[in-house]
Amino acid sequence: MTLDKLLIIAAALFCCGLYTVMTRRSAVAVLMGVELILNATNINFVAFSFFLSRVMGGQIFAVFVIVLAAAEAAVALAIFLRMFATTGTVEVDVADEMKG
Amino acid sequence: MIRYAYIIPLLPLLSFFINIAVGKRLPRKGDWLCLGTIAIGLAMSIGIFYEVFRAYDPNFRYHVVFPWLTVGDRALLNTGILIDNVTAVMLLVVTIVSTLVHLFSIGYMHGDPKYNRFFAYLSIFSFSMLGLVLAESFLFIYIFWELVGLSSYLLIGFWFEKKSASDAGKKAFIVNRVGDFGFLIGILIIYATCGVLGYDQVFLAIGEGKLSGTLLTLAGIGVFCGAIGKSAQFPLHVWLPDAMEGPTPVSALIHAATMVAAGVYLVGRVYPMFTPDAFLFIACFGLITLFLTATIALAQNDIKKVLAYSTCSQLGYMIMGLGVGGYTAGLAHLTTHAAFKACLFLGSGSVIHAVHSQDIQEMGGLRKKMPITFVTFLIATLAISGVPGFSGFYSKDMILAAALEFGMKSANPLHMIFFVGALFTAGLTAFYMFRLVILTFFGAPKDHHKYDHAHESPASMWVPLVVLAGLSFSFWYSGWFGTLVQKPKSVANLAGISAPAKVATMEHAAVMAPAPHGEAVSAKEGALNASRGSAPETGEHGQAPPHGTSASGETPHAAVPAAHGESHEEASHLAHMAHSYAMYSSVAVGTLGIFLAFVVYTFGWINPDRVMNAVKPLHNFLQNKWYFDELYDATVINGSKAFARGLAWFDLHVVDGLVNLVAQLGVFVSFLVGKFDDYVVDGAVNGVASATIGGGSVLRRLQTGKLYHYVFVLAGGALVIFLIKAF
Repeated sequence: MTLDKLLIIAAALFCCGLYTVMTRRSAVAVLMGVELILNATNINFVAFSFFLSRVMGGQIFAVFVIVLAAAEAAVALAIFLRMFATTGTVEVDVADEMKG
Repeated sequence: MIRYAYIIPLLPLLSFFINIAVGKRLPRKGDWLCLGTIAIGLAMSIGIFYEVFRAYDPNFRYHVVFPWLTVGDRALLNTGILIDNVTAVMLLVVTIVSTLVHLFSIGYMHGDPKYNRFFAYLSIFSFSMLGLVLAESFLFIYIFWELVGLSSYLLIGFWFEKKSASDAGKKAFIVNRVGDFGFLIGILIIYATCGVLGYDQVFLAIGEGKLSGTLLTLAGIGVFCGAIGKSAQFPLHVWLPDAMEGPTPVSALIHAATMVAAGVYLVGRVYPMFTPDAFLFIACFGLITLFLTATIALAQNDIKKVLAYSTCSQLGYMIMGLGVGGYTAGLAHLTTHAAFKACLFLGSGSVIHAVHSQDIQEMGGLRKKMPITFVTFLIATLAISGVPGFSGFYSKDMILAAALEFGMKSANPLHMIFFVGALFTAGLTAFYMFRLVILTFFGAPKDHHKYDHAHESPASMWVPLVVLAGLSFSFWYSGWFGTLVQKPKSVANLAGISAPAKVATMEHAAVMAPAPHGEAVSAKEGALNASRGSAPETGEHGQAPPHGTSASGETPHAAVPAAHGESHEEASHLAHMAHSYAMYSSVAVGTLGIFLAFVVYTFGWINPDRVMNAVKPLHNFLQNKWYFDELYDATVINGSKAFARGLAWFDLHVVDGLVNLVAQLGVFVSFLVGKFDDYVVDGAVNGVASATIGGGSVLRRLQTGKLYHYVFVLAGGALVIFLIKAF
């Protein structure tokens, strides 16, 4: 296993996540895409840290990102609940209040 | 006692404050308080006078000074008390008359709605006058001088509901201000040159020659201007008769013992600083006043107006006496006059109180109804007429003697005018005073209604009359007065004017002196001499009598200081001679005047109405007071009115025009600025706003609200950055 293979996997994962975010209409699915993107970056962190650095900064950062993702998921799901309570749906197309 | 002299003026001040504040609520409205404080002052003045009298020293002086205003360690202005013989006498005079007037007022002002305020004003007046008497510097005498002016304003205008009374108060105040202005200038000259204001310091400085010559004369005349105002001398005498609008006790207080005496007292106080020129000036004004006002008094029918003009005339005597060098004489007349004139005024108050009229044509026969008033009034009249044995004789005689001595010593025969004029006026005085007495108290009552109502006044009113009448006898004054009150040494003479030069200046001044009036006097005097053969002394001396010299003043009599060569012995002989001549002639003239009054008004040998008609223009002239009021109306008052109108026009057209012009200019500029604001400033602001609106309506289309649009832009942006970094 070399660094470039790991980067390719991470990039593929990132693209999947990005695709999900851009195409899915369900907010929960969009959230899942975001999770994919975050994990893609996590892979990059760990990979660069393992191959290029003698300290464990990347791995620690990856742990932070996981915690962050958990917190983000909690906040986002709370927002979706409120959104469902007001609009009856969680489709992101409906939430266009900020339209100029 | 003398150490506590400062308490005397402070007590009335205290009672003034108490009475003005809470007088209405005090029992009897606080009259006892004012009377009490002034009575304590009287007791203390008697004590002081007793101490002074026991010392019996012509040079007695009690002088305390302490710094009042200090700058650094230099005492700039001092305050203090100066008591010498003159002060002690004046203190006594003021407190006696003031106390009696307070007492009299209790009866006279009974039931007046402003009773307590009247007594408060009397107190502040007493305070001012006593302070003036005790002052030891020009500054403090000026302060009290003004306070006297203020309180006289309050008292004269006491019945201010009457327009005439409030006008009289204003007139007194304003006319006095004219004189006070001269006084202030005199003080300023003194302060500018000497740098001090205490009498002693000033005299010392003048003696050192710091202030001399013409400037000293001017300073003296300036100070005398104050006396002209306060002592009602020509040409500022007009306020005094009008001031009779005040309550009668006020007339007695102001016109007998206090305010008008202040001017004479001032002249006596600063006596050493007058130059011969200034003395001549003073004497001339005294002479003019005494003659002019006596003639006016002849034709008045208001009992108080007659007394007022006689006061003016007597003040003229005092001033002239001081001016011709009779220091003792002037102050003696001040003292004696205070008593008998207060008696006359209070007596007239008693009469007015009884008959409720001031017109002597409506009175008559009152001697049976008001015996006490009659007797006291008669005694005072005898005193003012100069009958031997009464006080007026003693002092007026001294003035006449001084005037005669002055005239005899002077190289200029014109100077005899002082004696002749004063002597003639002494006759006039006796005549008009007895006219007053006869018309008021003798004969048959002219108005029966008023006569039946008349009654003797209560005791609080006649007791002062009796006391004052008692003081109108000469034995109270003769002897000690001449010893204790002696002419102070002139410091002006030390100031480097040599004797011949002095004579020359006096001659000069005599030529300059107001001649026209002298003509009038001498003309009348001549007529009198021709018809009655009185005034023998002018013939006896062989001196050129005034009516002998041509009045046009063509011969200025070159300065020949012959009279100044005489020895001291000769001078004293001359004084003695002058005294006896003056005495005989004044008795003769006085008797003649009294006799004439009886001839005209009692025996009826001469019908007054026919005389009046014979000299109708003259009578009108006198009755209208020489048209002085009309003259002042026409010149001073209308002049200032015209001046004011001119200033108003200037204000209305020029000043207001300028202001309006500036305003219109402002309006025009504002109009321009407004347009600029509308189009430029607002245009810029609106332009910014509409640009923002336009920009916003374009940019709002970027915000679709669709999540994937944002993500797409995000990813595209990241891609672009990546591409830029890669290549």
